[in-house]
Amino acid sequence: MDIIFEGIKQALSLLISLDPEVMGITWLSLKVSGTATLISLFIGIGIGTAVALTSFPGRQIVVSLINTGMALPPVVVGLFVTIFLWRNGPFGALEILYTPMAIIIAQAIIATPIVMGITLAAMQQLPRKLRLQILALGATRFQMVWLLIKEAKLSLMAAVMAGFGGVISEVGASIMVGGNIKGYTRVLTTATVMETSKGNFDVAIALGVILLIFAFAINLVLTRVQQRERPR
Amino acid sequence: MTANVPTTSPILSGENIQVQRGGKRILDVFSLKIIPGEVLSIIGPNGAGKTTLLQALSQLIRLVKGDIYFQGKKVGADISPLDYRRCLAMVFQEALLFDTTVYANVASGLKIRGVKSSEIDAVVNTRLEQFGIGHLRDRSAKTLSGGEAQRTSLARAFAIQPQLLFLDEPFAALDPPTRETLLEDLNRVLRTTGTTAIMATHDQVEALRISDRIAVMNEGRIVQIGPPEEIMNHPVDEFIASFVGVETIIEGRVIKCERGTATIAINSNPTNSGSKSKMKSRRQGRGDADVLFIRQGADDEANEDSALIWNRNNLPETVREGLEVSLLEAAGQVRPGEQVFCCIRPEHVTIYPSGQLDRSSARNAFPAIIDRIIPAGPFHKVHLRGGFPLVAYVTVQSIEELDLRPGSTVIASFKATAVHIIRRG
Repeated sequence: MDIIFEGIKQALSLLISLDPEVMGITWLSLKVSGTATLISLFIGIGIGTAVALTSFPGRQIVVSLINTGMALPPVVVGLFVTIFLWRNGPFGALEILYTPMAIIIAQAIIATPIVMGITLAAMQQLPRKLRLQILALGATRFQMVWLLIKEAKLSLMAAVMAGFGGVISEVGASIMVGGNIKGYTRVLTTATVMETSKGNFDVAIALGVILLIFAFAINLVLTRVQQRERPR
Repeated sequence: MTANVPTTSPILSGENIQVQRGGKRILDVFSLKIIPGEVLSIIGPNGAGKTTLLQALSQLIRLVKGDIYFQGKKVGADISPLDYRRCLAMVFQEALLFDTTVYANVASGLKIRGVKSSEIDAVVNTRLEQFGIGHLRDRSAKTLSGGEAQRTSLARAFAIQPQLLFLDEPFAALDPPTRETLLEDLNRVLRTTGTTAIMATHDQVEALRISDRIAVMNEGRIVQIGPPEEIMNHPVDEFIASFVGVETIIEGRVIKCERGTATIAINSNPTNSGSKSKMKSRRQGRGDADVLFIRQGADDEANEDSALIWNRNNLPETVREGLEVSLLEAAGQVRPGEQVFCCIRPEHVTIYPSGQLDRSSARNAFPAIIDRIIPAGPFHKVHLRGGFPLVAYVTVQSIEELDLRPGSTVIASFKATAVHIIRRG
């Protein structure tokens, strides 16, 4: 038990003293996962909406693929991103393996199917006739899609939370494509793994607590926004 | 299809419209013309194609074949589908409101059109008041009752001042009292704004109450179209007859109403007098000026009675000699001056030989001439012609005993309680 109390004490002191290294790691984690989530929102909501609103041959297969993608193992993503970005891989010339950019790419790939799947479900839950009603109100196709997205905003907020929650807590892909380079690609999860393997449980716990606090704080904000939108 | 083609140039017309789903033709309407300002109801059983017709006319679904003309302009050629859609509004069975306030919902059509917020405000407030939902202005649409939600949906549709309003079973999901008041409000706003409307419904009473014309649909086709009395009293085939029921429906106006008994002046020869002039009178604020009466009764006693009514209500200026009127008594609470339909089921009509007075408690007795006698199983269906058309069921035995045949003059009678009154509007 001492280990845990020591760890929490250490975490508090690191937080209160605004330890530069811990702050740097935390900031990078937020930046990388935030950017990856933003990218996944554009792609996920875009494609999710398109699939939800259209019918085409093979649509069933596409929907199944998206749903499978929601459970994509991060290490598999890490493996393929590494291969693609490897020096003599297809995108080796970009020389971005072991950079924050590589982590953003891997995390965006993990988050996109999650956002897409939730968007798809949310859009399909809207009454079918709502589309006709919006068109009958004089909307262009673009206005119709925008109004539908606005109608599904509560569910889409859940997509943001699920996407961000998925990538900020993910470690496999980040360590594989980022390399856990101190002060450059070290994020909260990769740092926690490293400190634990070194036996520095106090620091590991401190990082873990910070991770939890951030995950909680961000979800709290989004939940508050979501609840405020709800009818009283 | 009955010839009732309007002479005024139509606001909307559909030519040879066809819609397919899953390789099956679900809509096939050869020609449909909508007159500016009219309210047309489309009735028919489930799956008859009512909704499909509305969606085809409003260009919300793809046509396999056919053209839609709006104010003489071909949609898709002379006017873009978007510009056309911006001239119309649609209300569905479900309110389909946006997850926002009542105000923002009513404003949504205008916002989509890019109207300035300052201009939106006045229009929205007017519509909110018209539909009695001003107090719900800032409420979330998700917290509304079914009736309130549908009022919001109607206010949203009227906010854009549509030239054409499509209503797809707008009251089907509401409970009867709510439906009743909402129907009255809708009718009032339709008439004050002069909006042309097409309403799909499976409820013929609803259709009778607000329509200038009714179209009956079956299996994707319009099988009959015409004024309500014509559809109800002269169905062109067995399907329509069985669908609209077997009641005689007579249009009239309430003269007085005392102790639950209403006296109603029947517009004479409703099917021959031409529906256009009648429609016009409804449009001009339902003035009494072009409703013409003279007295006619079963016997002298009844005549005197009618005369008393005229004097008491000081109506003689509306009475012109030479035109027929019949007065009938009906049980029901209505207000004088109200336009109504009187429905009488044939089994409630009794026939007596001419000259023999009806000594029963029946309040209504009219001389009539037998038009046709149609055998219908154990009884005969006797079509009568008097001040208004009437159908009676008479047993085969009575036909023989009374020696009834086409051309015979008889007295037809029915009780005041046998008359079912439907208020128009």
